[in-house]
Amino acid sequence: MKKLTKQQKSNLITLAMVVCFYLICEIFIRTGLMSSHLKGLLVPLTYYAIAAVGLNLCVGILGELSLGHAGFMCIGAFSSSIFSVMTRDALPTVPRFILAFIIGVAMTALLGFLIGIPVLRLNGDYLAIVTLAFGEIIKNILNAVYMGVDDKGLHLSLKDAASMGLDASTGKKIINGAMGITGTPSDSNFTIAIIILLVSLIIVQNLVQSRDGRAIMSIRDNRIAAESTGINVTKYKMLAFTISAAIAGAAGVLFSHNISTLTAQGIYFGYNASIMLLVYVVLGGIGNIRGSVIAAMILYVLPELLRGMDKYRMLIYSIVLIVMMLFNWSPKAIEFRQNHLSKFSKRFRKEAAR
Amino acid sequence: MALLEVKDLNVHYGMIHALKDVSFHVEKGEIVALIGANGAGKTTTLHTVTGLIEASAGSIIYKDQDVTKLPGHKLVPLGMAHVPEGRRVFADMTVLQNLKLGAYTRKNKAEIEESLENVYKRFPRLKERKNQVAGTLSGGEQQMLAMGRALMSKPEIILMDEPSMGLSPILVNEIFDIIKEVNKSGTTVLLVEQNARKALSIADRAYVLETGRVVLDGDAKELMNNEQIRKAYLGE
Repeated sequence: MKKLTKQQKSNLITLAMVVCFYLICEIFIRTGLMSSHLKGLLVPLTYYAIAAVGLNLCVGILGELSLGHAGFMCIGAFSSSIFSVMTRDALPTVPRFILAFIIGVAMTALLGFLIGIPVLRLNGDYLAIVTLAFGEIIKNILNAVYMGVDDKGLHLSLKDAASMGLDASTGKKIINGAMGITGTPSDSNFTIAIIILLVSLIIVQNLVQSRDGRAIMSIRDNRIAAESTGINVTKYKMLAFTISAAIAGAAGVLFSHNISTLTAQGIYFGYNASIMLLVYVVLGGIGNIRGSVIAAMILYVLPELLRGMDKYRMLIYSIVLIVMMLFNWSPKAIEFRQNHLSKFSKRFRKEAAR
Repeated sequence: MALLEVKDLNVHYGMIHALKDVSFHVEKGEIVALIGANGAGKTTTLHTVTGLIEASAGSIIYKDQDVTKLPGHKLVPLGMAHVPEGRRVFADMTVLQNLKLGAYTRKNKAEIEESLENVYKRFPRLKERKNQVAGTLSGGEQQMLAMGRALMSKPEIILMDEPSMGLSPILVNEIFDIIKEVNKSGTTVLLVEQNARKALSIADRAYVLETGRVVLDGDAKELMNNEQIRKAYLGE
């Protein structure tokens, strides 16, 4: 067998960790040892891990700050949900979800691409500003729009449901303004979510190791030097940003197919949600894909588990954030990890070699 | 026909007229130096030639082709390499990765390997440190890496921006010796340098820039003996 490089090994470990996590959870579910509250968190924590992986591609690998990834999730959620509601009775579950997934991801990629065209030509923090505004605009538009179908076709309105002029007998409301979309089939489950997480991990890991990935990272390290070695800076920025948005869109598809009523609320798709994704990425380690997955899972589940602590919940949550930050970034902690963990893995390697 | 010919180049930064009718040419096999004080427009000239800045008027002819409007990344496959100012290496990547990115526009793996061996021969220190992260190299080593990376694209002309910047006198001598060797092996060099004495000592010809204009040009040896130059740039 061809010898694996250090990086390839590390990638396989990441994938193996996700698979182990999945198997352990499945065992707990099958044996009835998992509370229904915790079971309900499994899909959300997986799609937040997916979104964090996508955001890390943009922030950590490309080096551009995006504050609108919750907005991209929103696009993926709504576009796939509209499709699923419209074809609910016409298509069986499996092809319907696959098509909805493709539509959600494609729509998000398209919008990411369109936003990238003007913004990624510029240097500086423009992407952060524009994506921040984009996320808010998307959320507000989706809160105001009414959409429905009848046998005459598609009806849209920004005023109220009545002004769409739907045919009374055949009309079907799809987006009901701030009430959102109701009746999205719950086609996603934990297994599908884990598969999509694995696929996004494989895509990002392979991209990072490819020639294109090195070009993307060279732009992060030094734009002028990248340009002067013949790298088309704008093209690779667009590539990385579009993929990053598309992965967030995939997370959005899982989101909307996991709840019955989809509304464009601030807590899911607003500014704070984007910041929360950024917190996962920063605490997991910028540019560290495995770290993003772990941080997203821990930091999503933690506040939920702390619900019993009532008003001390956010206090403990913030302490955990600080401790994680210290563990990841303080020189002393890194030294400690290197000394103790490397000893451990060396011994392990020696024993394996025997 | 000159390898590189710049005619009446004008560049504006907003309201500021940074280059005013700058003209110069570089013949195949030469070392040409652009010298001048801070803010004279040396780096602006270089960046305009390499396509990082857009000219407001004038033309740049490279190998009989008008490249004035060509973006920077398209010049590299044409054989123009740029060593940017301030040793811009990819700090988070290893020396080897940096060098391989230098050959980004080339496809033939055997030829790339050959270039890599040549770079290692020229800079043995880079071979010793090929797996070290570039950001941890010393200043002189980073300059060597930036030059080695440019050589990996197998350039016909190499444009160097302030290679002596921030280096000790011994290292400056070493770097200039290398520039001379690179030139001897057949690569044309356009050198932008504040250290006028060093630049004139290795150059064939030179242009003196002052507040965005070429004020003087000629044979490097003659310029070295020019009274005006000695006073203004050589501190005598």
